Amino acid sequence: MIKMLVPLGVFVGLVVLLLISLPTAEQRRQVSSPLVGREVPTFSLPGLHDPGVSRSTVDFRGQPFILNVWGSWCFSCRVEHPYIERLGREAGVPLVGFNWRDEREDALEWLDQFGDAWTVHMVDVEGRAAIDLGVYGAPETFLIDHRGIIRHKHIGPVDEEIYADLIERIEQMRVEAGT
Amino acid sequence: MIAEFGQISLILALVLATLLATVPLYGAYRNNEALMNLAPSLVTGHFVFTLAAFASLATLFLTHDFTVVNVAINSNLLLPWFYRFAATWGSHEGSLLLWVLMLAGWMLAVSLLSRSSLPKPFLTRVLAVMGAISIGFLLFTLLTSNPFDRILPGPPDGQDLNPLLQDAGMIFHPPLLYMGYVGFSVAFGFAIAGLLGGRVERDWVRWSRPWTLMAWAFLTGGITLGSWWAYYELGWGGWWFWDPVENASFVPWLLGTALIHSQAVTEKRGAFPAWTVLLAIAAFSTSLLGTFLVRSGVLTSVHAFATDPERGIFILAFMAIVTGSALTLYAFRAPRIMVGKGFDFVSRETALLLNNVFFTVSAGMVLIGTLYPLVIDFMGWGQISVGPPYFGAMFVLLMTPVVMLIPLGPLSRWGQDNLKRVVAPLLISMAVAVVGGLIIAAALGAFNLRAITGWIGGLWLILGSLSYLMRQKDQVRRFSLPRGQVGMIMAHAGVGVFVIGVGMVESMTYERDMRFEPGDRLEVAGYTFHLHEVAQVKGPNWIAEEGRFTVYRGDREVAQMRPQKRLHHRGQQVMTEVALRPGLFHDLYIALGEPMRDGTGAWSIRVHIKPYIRWIWGGAVLLALGGLIAASDRRYWKRYRAEAREAAKNTGEAPA
Repeated sequence: MIKMLVPLGVFVGLVVLLLISLPTAEQRRQVSSPLVGREVPTFSLPGLHDPGVSRSTVDFRGQPFILNVWGSWCFSCRVEHPYIERLGREAGVPLVGFNWRDEREDALEWLDQFGDAWTVHMVDVEGRAAIDLGVYGAPETFLIDHRGIIRHKHIGPVDEEIYADLIERIEQMRVEAGT
Repeated sequence: MIAEFGQISLILALVLATLLATVPLYGAYRNNEALMNLAPSLVTGHFVFTLAAFASLATLFLTHDFTVVNVAINSNLLLPWFYRFAATWGSHEGSLLLWVLMLAGWMLAVSLLSRSSLPKPFLTRVLAVMGAISIGFLLFTLLTSNPFDRILPGPPDGQDLNPLLQDAGMIFHPPLLYMGYVGFSVAFGFAIAGLLGGRVERDWVRWSRPWTLMAWAFLTGGITLGSWWAYYELGWGGWWFWDPVENASFVPWLLGTALIHSQAVTEKRGAFPAWTVLLAIAAFSTSLLGTFLVRSGVLTSVHAFATDPERGIFILAFMAIVTGSALTLYAFRAPRIMVGKGFDFVSRETALLLNNVFFTVSAGMVLIGTLYPLVIDFMGWGQISVGPPYFGAMFVLLMTPVVMLIPLGPLSRWGQDNLKRVVAPLLISMAVAVVGGLIIAAALGAFNLRAITGWIGGLWLILGSLSYLMRQKDQVRRFSLPRGQVGMIMAHAGVGVFVIGVGMVESMTYERDMRFEPGDRLEVAGYTFHLHEVAQVKGPNWIAEEGRFTVYRGDREVAQMRPQKRLHHRGQQVMTEVALRPGLFHDLYIALGEPMRDGTGAWSIRVHIKPYIRWIWGGAVLLALGGLIAASDRRYWKRYRAEAREAAKNTGEAPA
């Protein structure tokens, strides 16, 4: 009898886990991260097209910018890509690619094939900077204002609705920055 | 009007499902014939009304009724009719309706086909359990995801079906997959009916085997179609991505594979019956879990249905009730299940037990990998991600012993055997596989670990299956080999074909990205790719840039290939339409990248040559066919004998 209860126990554990994850999944989607409202961590990483040059989050101080976490291995990044391209064309602020845990060659091939709308890419092979940044998974999109404060974070692929929301927030940030 | 008709049909289906789950069940408990006799009619009615609801929704899509929210969001005036029809199940609401329709269909099939081969109380319990499942899904549809909601006044035109889904493969992928998912509800129904009746024994298992095999075959087909779709539609040449939703369909498949094997043991030898019941519960529960993961938005994935926490809670609650009560019942009743005969270490039972261990562990690993981000977050251990490398490495590790053991299983005897006797007839296959594998790999210029392993493993499986066939040559000659065995041999050989395909694709794929100007040629592996021009073309609801290639082998023209970059009118999504020339040994694959920004009219273009990729799906198709053939084995469809005997006894006694 006791032995026969084991499957039930395992299942109850699973349900509890899913139950707890459900609201936090929504939080992750909306409120996103404890880092929202704080200053973006400062780190320097090599560029993707230009490994010799080091790129830093400080480079963009004084203007709002978008930080988009992606990897060529990431399936959903492929899905959101058309919208990221639109962000690059239409948002009017720098779009920084954060290439996460990727092979340089694969990443370059991926960009060649699908299009490279980003202003610049930084490469985080080991994923240390990503931990500072509180990256939960790819894709993720951060909005950072002219003072370097993370204002918003979206987890998961960008779609039509999210795109509109992001553009609205970016407009707001541009007004604040006076650009 | 039609929408309201559909709505009412759904409600009526719910009423009938509720009756079905209660009244005949009580009849079975009380052994009341009249009440039990209600079940088949209720099942038929339930099916008719569900079908009516589904047909209503399809009609709404076909006639452009944009006053229905679901139609307005997922269809527009430019969408061709077959995509409008497929859009019926392209949305969250519609796919739930399809799910219910499939369930109703399976119930109808069970009630018709098993009427004479099952004792009445048992059949009644099976149908009642499935009716209860239907209640849950109908309530879910009506309360949280009604496909017939109106919006007044309706917009003049709708939005668009996700362009990724506008494709032939997508028309058939969800129905097949659902046939599999929902089909496991039959095995689940049989298991619960067995537990309720306190009669989990060989008969029960034999009755449920063909249904499990069918469900498993459909699931195999659905997953295969999804993989094929991803290959040509997503534009980067992969065939499996370990995406959370792919995993969600793969876990029930792995458990289903374990289940069809453990059912064989339980039917033939009565061994580990409790385990078989548990697997039946698990296979269906993970199907529900898959639905939950996709619909609740707990995990992000390409299958981006509109997600909604309310829906998540509902499915979770439903899953908790279904699986929770099943496992509780299991805990109470399983100890009473009879224990089968013992067996020696070297025996067919052991072989099948090993199969079960490997497949169940694999299912567990895939599930853990999929849920890992949630667990990590929950435990506050930080931010770690699980990528394809984890799944790939884990899977190769777990499946290698399976490949080595498969040919041994069918040749071993029940109860006890000795290793020498089992292995002896396979020595030739083994030697031929190793030598042949090495020679073929070398001859193809594929002398690397993956290709060699693929060839040796694949040949071993195919030859091993053939040598089993050789041992039954009398029956083969008289065409009297039972279909169950034909199906098994086919499926095992199919795994061999699959393994060869994977080995070759993973090691010998040629990929090149290069700049093409109109007029340029690329010569590679005996093929010449010549780009004539890049032209603008127009489709029903998109415009595209189209690259026009002619491909030569030597001097002979082998194909015209036209990859496209499509811009869909609505939503303004850009889609890469790959040009493919499929072949038994090579696929040629061209994807259009981006135009170069240097004003020369040049494009970046990706050319792939994929060897043996068709073998991956070919092997999977053999698996699915094998499953279907085995399901048609006559043994499973015999009239229920005990009942017949009882009837004979009664008539015999009557005159006395």
